[in-house]
Amino acid sequence: MAILVISEHDNAALKPSTLNTVKAASEIGGEIDLLIVGSGCSAVADSAAKVAGIRKVLVADNAAYDHEIAENVAALVIELAPGYSHLLAPATTNGKNFMPRVAALLDVGQISDIIKVESPDTFVRPIYAGNAIATVQSLDDTKVITVRTTAFDAVAEEGGSATVESLSQVKDLGLSRLISEDMAVSDRPELTAARVVISGGRGMASKENFELLEKVADKLGAAIGASRAAVDAGFVPNDMQVGQTGKIVAPELYIAVGISGAIQHLAGMKDSKVIVAINKDEDAPIFQVADYGLVADLFEAVPELEKSL
Amino acid sequence: MKVLVTVKRVIDYNVKVRVMSDNSDVDLKNVKMAVNPFCEIAVEQAVRMKESGLATEVVVVSMGPATAQEQLRTALAMGADRAILVQSDEALESLTVAKILAKIVEEEQPGLVLMGKQSIDTDNNQTGQMLSALTGMSQGAFASAIESDGDQLKVTREVDGGLQTLSIKLPAVVTVDLRMNEPRYASLPNIMKAKKKPLDTKTPADYGVSVKAHSKVLRVEPPAERQAGIKVGSVAELVDKLKNEAKVI
Ligand SMILES: Cc1cc2nc3c(=O)[nH]c(=O)nc-3n(C[C@H](O)[C@H](O)[C@H](O)COP(=O)(O)OP(=O)(O)OC[C@H]3O[C@@H](n4cnc5c(N)ncnc54)[C@H](O)[C@@H]3O)c2cc1C
Ligand SMILES: Nc1ncnc2c1ncn2[C@@H]1O[C@H](COP(=O)(O)O)[C@@H](O)[C@H]1O
Repeated sequence: MAILVISEHDNAALKPSTLNTVKAASEIGGEIDLLIVGSGCSAVADSAAKVAGIRKVLVADNAAYDHEIAENVAALVIELAPGYSHLLAPATTNGKNFMPRVAALLDVGQISDIIKVESPDTFVRPIYAGNAIATVQSLDDTKVITVRTTAFDAVAEEGGSATVESLSQVKDLGLSRLISEDMAVSDRPELTAARVVISGGRGMASKENFELLEKVADKLGAAIGASRAAVDAGFVPNDMQVGQTGKIVAPELYIAVGISGAIQHLAGMKDSKVIVAINKDEDAPIFQVADYGLVADLFEAVPELEKSL
Repeated sequence: MKVLVTVKRVIDYNVKVRVMSDNSDVDLKNVKMAVNPFCEIAVEQAVRMKESGLATEVVVVSMGPATAQEQLRTALAMGADRAILVQSDEALESLTVAKILAKIVEEEQPGLVLMGKQSIDTDNNQTGQMLSALTGMSQGAFASAIESDGDQLKVTREVDGGLQTLSIKLPAVVTVDLRMNEPRYASLPNIMKAKKKPLDTKTPADYGVSVKAHSKVLRVEPPAERQAGIKVGSVAELVDKLKNEAKVI
């Protein structure tokens, strides 16, 4: 049994989500190879080779894989598939983009967003926005799986000594090309990997008011998140949305400010270790999942919180 | 250009689901069902394309029980022209849905297929990508905006780091995210008119697709409940608890 993990990286280094996905692979058991697909991504190979528990690093570095165009990445992965019993990718927007193509082209199902490995063919995954947890057995020979990274610890970045192999095949279907990217630049920790997350909702009332959260985040080294309502209202960009359709986070500490606690928001944060809610409505559903609830006007409570840290 | 839109019948997003006591599934008896919210946005987009002259015909497709007619009628009332119901009492997996859709695409030859990015019941997020792979049509997943550009489509995608804009060749499969538009409510006259619009009923066998299981659900359980927490009376008390009790700051 061998497992291929398709890594998430930024052409310079592996993203933490790759290390969580390798952990899921190690729980399945068997040899683990890491695939790095991208353009100008060779630098990632050296650090990838050091990741604990990796047998081989495969590198496909070509302009055809720039921005990991789904059609091209999937075409490459299916060529490699015959050597593996399992193909795993993190359930990031990138993994979700190409992985179902891999499954369809191999004529197998995909098991999305697993949170637990029960056995090499049986996995646990949330359904209905996390309101039910399904245990699913794959009946296919090749298992195509995406991994909810917050549900698995990261493996050690050091300690391995994998061999590195360059792949020469170039798959360019010529269907899609990048026009532009509008990526958030931030000095803060990545939302999905941060130890502390502070999120704002509709109650923040404006874009400017998010500065109140930034001041707290500065003191706590926190990432900033948001509810869908805050994103829809234009207070913050879409990459900050936490929830069923946004990012899934599970930090040590999650502070929800002016967020009511709709099930779709809870789906993205209720596995956080400690939850704090600040809301002026004492009946807000967020208090049902909060370890510490503070019924208060956020415009008074948040500045006070910042001062007392 | 003909636009094909998929519409899935799912539990209404406001309903709190309950797991059945035998742990076989969630209980869908007597709960309110609705159009999957993402599919509603896809229908709205297609109807707007028709209104602005970009689309010539909007065909909606659903796969599921006979009652999925209700969701197709909703889409027709929003402005779609005709509907296809592929009836099946068995739950259809994403790959099977994609295979049937691929046959419908072959028959209907749409220039664009608009789908939801995700079903809110299975939370799979895969059917559109699978359809694109099976048909060879290009893929624009998690789109928050589309703009037609000759034989290309400009697709703005919501990705983890922000937004990405691609130019993809038509015909294409686009899966839509929540911010693409706000779906309209159907007016009463349009609901009446929708009752007379054509709705074809088919079966998976009509498309030569055999319903094969690729996975088996062994158990469905409720999620672990969180322990009820406490209310604190002040910011000072909150900070004290976080420092000395939870030890997270
Ligand atoms: C298919 C689907 C997917 C979705 N996915 C997501 C998702 O991924 N993430 C997500 O977040 N939502 C998602 N939603 C939306 C979700 O249903 C809610 O609409 C949304 O989470 C509400 O955001 P909110 O809590 O900020 O706003 P509201 O529900 O309007 O709550 C605002 C809260 O702020 C409080 N407040 C107001 N002023 C103050 C003040 N001065 N001080 C203190 N408190 C104050 C109010 O008491 C209220 O509780 C989805 C919906 C659908 C249909
Ligand atoms: N049974 C179905 N009938 C109609 N459309 C479907 C069906 N299953 C999936 N889809 C479409 O595929 C999208 C993604 O679904 P999924 O991959 O199940 O999350 C949905 O938003 C629908 O547009």
